[in-house]
Amino acid sequence: MKKDDKRQYALILCDGPACLRKKSKNLEEVIKQELDKRGMADRVRLTLSGCLGMCDKGPILIVNPGYVIYGGVTEHDIPAIVEQHLINGEPIARLEINEDHLFNRFFRVFGDVGFFGKQMRITLRNCGIIDPEKIDDYLSVRGYEALAKVLTDISPEDVVKEIKKSGLRGRGGAGYPTGIKWELTRKSEGSPKYVICNADEGDPGAFMDRSAIEGDPHTVIEGMIIGGYATGADKGFVYIRAEYPLAIKRLEKALGEAKTHGFLGKNIMGSDFSFDIEIKLGAGAFVCGEETALIHSIEGSRGMPRPRPPFPSVSGLFGKPTLINNVETWANIPVIILDGADWFSSIGTETSKGTKVFAVAGKVKNTGLVEVPMGTTLREIIYDIAGGIADDKKFKAVQTGGPSGGCLPEEYLDTKIDYESLSKAGSIMGSGGMIVIDEDSCMVNISKFFLEFTENESCGKCTPCREGTKRMLEILTRITDGKGEEGDIEKLERLGNMIKKASLCGLGQSAPNPVLSTIKNFREEYEEHIKEKKCRASACIALLSYTITDKCIGCMACRRACPVNAISGEPKVKHVVDKTRCVKCGLCFNICKFDAIDRR
Amino acid sequence: MEQTLDNKQAELKTFIDGFRDKEHFESYLIAVLHKAQEIHGYLKKDVMDDIAREMNIPTSHIWGVATFYHYFNLKPIGKYKISICLGTACYVKGAERILNAVKKELGIEMGDTTPDELFTLQITRCLGACGLAPVAMINDKIHGELTAEKMVDILRKYRKAAMAEAAEKAKEQQ
Amino acid sequence: METIAEKKMINVTVNNKPYKVGGNQTIMQALDEVGFRIPRLCYHPKLSIEGACRVCIVEVEGMRNYVASCAFPILEGMKIRTDSNDVRRARRDIVELILDNHPEDCHVCERDGNCELQRLAYSMGIRKRHFVGEKKHYEKDLSSPSVIRDPNKCILCGRCVRMCAEIQKVSALRYAHRGFHTVVMPAYNMPFSESVCTACGQCISVCPTASFVEKGNCMELFDKLTNPDIIKIVQIAPSVRASIGEAFNLDPGRAMEGEMAATLRKLGFDYVFDTQFSADLTIMEEASEFLDRLQGKGKLPMITSCSSAWMKCMEQFYPDLIDNVSTCKSPMSMMGSLIKTHFAAKNNMDPKKIFTVAVMCCTAKKYEAQRPELQVDEMNPTDMVITTREIAWMIKCAGIDFLRIKPEKFDTPLGVSSGAGVIFGVTGGVMEAALRTAYELYTGETLMDIEMNDLRGFKGIKEGKVVMDGKEIRIAVAHGLGNANEVLEVVRKEPDRYHFVEIMGCPGGCIGGGGQPYANSNSEPLNEACLKKRAEALYGLDRTRTIRRSHENPDVQRIYKEFLGRPLSALSHKILHTHYKAKEPRGIISKETKVR
Repeated sequence: MKKDDKRQYALILCDGPACLRKKSKNLEEVIKQELDKRGMADRVRLTLSGCLGMCDKGPILIVNPGYVIYGGVTEHDIPAIVEQHLINGEPIARLEINEDHLFNRFFRVFGDVGFFGKQMRITLRNCGIIDPEKIDDYLSVRGYEALAKVLTDISPEDVVKEIKKSGLRGRGGAGYPTGIKWELTRKSEGSPKYVICNADEGDPGAFMDRSAIEGDPHTVIEGMIIGGYATGADKGFVYIRAEYPLAIKRLEKALGEAKTHGFLGKNIMGSDFSFDIEIKLGAGAFVCGEETALIHSIEGSRGMPRPRPPFPSVSGLFGKPTLINNVETWANIPVIILDGADWFSSIGTETSKGTKVFAVAGKVKNTGLVEVPMGTTLREIIYDIAGGIADDKKFKAVQTGGPSGGCLPEEYLDTKIDYESLSKAGSIMGSGGMIVIDEDSCMVNISKFFLEFTENESCGKCTPCREGTKRMLEILTRITDGKGEEGDIEKLERLGNMIKKASLCGLGQSAPNPVLSTIKNFREEYEEHIKEKKCRASACIALLSYTITDKCIGCMACRRACPVNAISGEPKVKHVVDKTRCVKCGLCFNICKFDAIDRR
Repeated sequence: MEQTLDNKQAELKTFIDGFRDKEHFESYLIAVLHKAQEIHGYLKKDVMDDIAREMNIPTSHIWGVATFYHYFNLKPIGKYKISICLGTACYVKGAERILNAVKKELGIEMGDTTPDELFTLQITRCLGACGLAPVAMINDKIHGELTAEKMVDILRKYRKAAMAEAAEKAKEQQ
Repeated sequence: METIAEKKMINVTVNNKPYKVGGNQTIMQALDEVGFRIPRLCYHPKLSIEGACRVCIVEVEGMRNYVASCAFPILEGMKIRTDSNDVRRARRDIVELILDNHPEDCHVCERDGNCELQRLAYSMGIRKRHFVGEKKHYEKDLSSPSVIRDPNKCILCGRCVRMCAEIQKVSALRYAHRGFHTVVMPAYNMPFSESVCTACGQCISVCPTASFVEKGNCMELFDKLTNPDIIKIVQIAPSVRASIGEAFNLDPGRAMEGEMAATLRKLGFDYVFDTQFSADLTIMEEASEFLDRLQGKGKLPMITSCSSAWMKCMEQFYPDLIDNVSTCKSPMSMMGSLIKTHFAAKNNMDPKKIFTVAVMCCTAKKYEAQRPELQVDEMNPTDMVITTREIAWMIKCAGIDFLRIKPEKFDTPLGVSSGAGVIFGVTGGVMEAALRTAYELYTGETLMDIEMNDLRGFKGIKEGKVVMDGKEIRIAVAHGLGNANEVLEVVRKEPDRYHFVEIMGCPGGCIGGGGQPYANSNSEPLNEACLKKRAEALYGLDRTRTIRRSHENPDVQRIYKEFLGRPLSALSHKILHTHYKAKEPRGIISKETKVR
């Protein structure tokens, strides 16, 4: 091989938590050593990316050019990858994730993979492509071009107009039109004004904000600077969970680089616009995702919401007009400016424009982050993108919107996702959690799980949420413990509907959703629990009962295993479970080699 | 080297001083509490008193904030977290005796940490190890089929190991 | 202040009927205006809007959720429903949820019959319970001599928290923990007695339930009153007579002076004296001290020292101003000191056998009574303090028909008072009384125009000037510790701005004290109209007195002649003056911190 034939490569190794758990950190070392050994370090660049959203296939390694994606890579594969692919130019088929082809505008390199097929990446457009710790990488993908454009060509009023025209709506949950928020803040009297990025992502299972910041922090920063310019603010805050150390680190680095490049600070890019951003850490309170609670937290207080109006756009941080958007919303801003509101609003549905990122989890084959145009159906996400239900089980429901959302049964699978349709179906968009539930899950138990979360995260300020969620949880607990009473479902509905309409903030107003939607769609499961003391999914331990069938040969294994001596019987004679003593630990069920324990 | 108390105080003070020129100085309370916890491991009363004085914030407010956010520890967390399972199976097999033995051996109550910050005692719901009942978990390791004597032995082993480790460290530093 | 233009009338409909209401206010205020009184709990007109209890929800057409009427602005064209079955049931359920986490011991509760939650539960129609479950359980805090904190009865309306932080700027209380485990408590859940609490008792004033109550001494007092071996001597503060009628369902503003003297005798006291006498004495000492300071003997401005909550507050929050504070004991402690010295000696009594009781409008006086700094010959001047509320209860308990009692006179010699002593109970009163005397002592002329309107009324901070022999005396009066803070910040920055400053710990002065009767069912705590009537009762008594200047009180003159010699004599100093020292924990008043 001639020297000038040597090709340049860029490797991207996923550094997301799921991949990390599968040792992708070690891989970094192994790859470096291997490259050193072969003297290739100078022409292969290794980049760590934020979560690439293919958590179940990790560790993920991407080789560019060519955008070959390897999954399940172990350290033993490295020498082969270097030898065969980087030196000989032949990708290794057995490691490749290679499914059907679809092309998309932003993610042409990602377009080769089925997982990305129906996706369209705006928020996550650079994630996994650029090195998030290098501003030059961001600049190479038109980074800070949108900022340059507004500073030189577009008046603040026109920026607001453009955002309004784009139809972008808040990606944090409620879907309030972003442009109107900007306009209200711009028009509010009072100085100084503030811009806040809400990165207090707290829904269990949702991690799109973390991935966006870890993978492409500059986009968020650029969005915020544009927001500051448009509204007349000169100071921004990113409120981010302390539990996200990598995101914080990358954000800090990005802010530093943006400053040295003159994108932040005094007289940005030589204009007379000055803007600065500071990071403020959360400290473990889900309710701080609510904008007024978040503001109080930035002010150094307990993160308790307050009644609105006044809205933050009029009186927010330190009593001044404040523009709050979440990470995903901010990340859309530079794209809208660069490609125009007309293009942006051509994506999506009548009322909801652009794309939305979902964290798909639960009982599907592919779990991870997906970004799809609004209007994609639930079925497309679950079956086409996430590969359908794992282990050939039967689909039962999909839970969207996390603890604030609802559970939708099969008949809603063809719902085109947008803010209105989900809410009409009895759920919400929320921040984008999507948990797929199969027949093995008990709907009562699932709603109890979500309510446990909100009850624990209630700030305690308003009565309906503080006392009401507690009582609902007590009722759900007694139902799953087999102590449900006639009338409990009605009590849940009565409390739930009241809490929804009477609570002070969004947390309380949405807390009953998981319960109310499961009662609406799976009422018979509740009734079975209460009337028949039966859990069809065998998930509520207290409702299970263990009996020994005729398959028992009297081997005594279960009798010995039972921690409370609830099983009696002579050798070689069928044993019996004393149900009054049984603590339902399931040891007998697990230990029996003859399938003689019946659990239902 | 282990920081002395004065050093720790000075470090926190320097950190606080870094915010003095900022607008809305008091709004940096949560950042300061993060730092205090980083330095001391948890939020001690006298440290919060110091912060109150330095930042001119009422102690009741600091306490309100410290107790609101779950990230903040108000009690020291020991090197070893002992979780005694009080699930039904463990309970009928005498988990309470194990619990009492631990309390007696360490001289602490539920939720407390030993003065040497080695052990924190907690109870837990069923660990799903009913077959080994009664069980206790120390950090991530499950110890099963316990008796009071066995539990005390285990604790002593942990303590011995920790002391050996500390001695090793001390030696290295010399 | 709202201008007329801002208050322009707007059209709304309430329950399908049209109304014209003032704009630029909340839905609740607008509804109050047209005769709807929406139930409410966390709302208080003097405190910031919390919007937490959700009891005051209404329906507004076009809004998906209910709206908290206390927090939402009324707008032109708004269609409001207060009476739909849905909203009524939601309100009812919310109150039930509060009850579900509240001890159900109403008939053994101190606030039985006077509890906002009880009244609310009744009017919401909670006759059945649906959601009973786990209740909270916390220790009561009995550490303070003044205030008991019982978190079990707390319904987390936060009125105490806002009172303590916003009106008093003491911030002894805050929410701690969160969710179902939220508790109102002092820092670190420390005993109240070890916190910065000034014992003012305003948390009690605004608490809708019995989560805060005074540390009661009634049963102990009944015991003492039936003990034949001790001499029971009582004194009663000016503002008790101005408010006690309210505890017997009388409208505010009826002065019950002679009635109280007669009642206390009926209860079994051997001597019934009037704190107003010692108020006159306080004026003699304080006016003299002021003139001394004015002549260079001591620091200016001089700050009054009658209010015990202020006394505790000053030692913890303003130790740098200790030398500015008058060394005069409060009238209560002067009275006790005199009883156990001069009065005992004159009547051949063993002071150790005397049991002095003070009936006060104040919870902080319970704290003051324990201050070692006040002792005379190792005796506490005051052995027991009971509040207006407690004495009202004792009267009821003892079966005394208070409303039909024949007025009697106080005992002499410690029972005669001037009009100046009366007005001590109102903000500005001490200053007014002191100036009536100081003027004469300084100029040798009698001050004729003695009603000083600059110093009257409920403005938070009042300033005034008096010219004495060509010398301009600049004065300031503050009531409530929050207002006091503003004045004291000025004193710190401009020590020469004022010569004389009066500070009262409670809003309105003693008439708004933490020991006064609870608000009745159609009013809210610390209602300003009610405070005004109490004040008017005291100004009325002053007007009808023939003697209106302390130095003209013949019994005061006699006591100087027979015993003390002259104001600020060595004996006066020993018996009537005290000292202060800086105390821990140090109080912190933050400029920015909000109540959250």
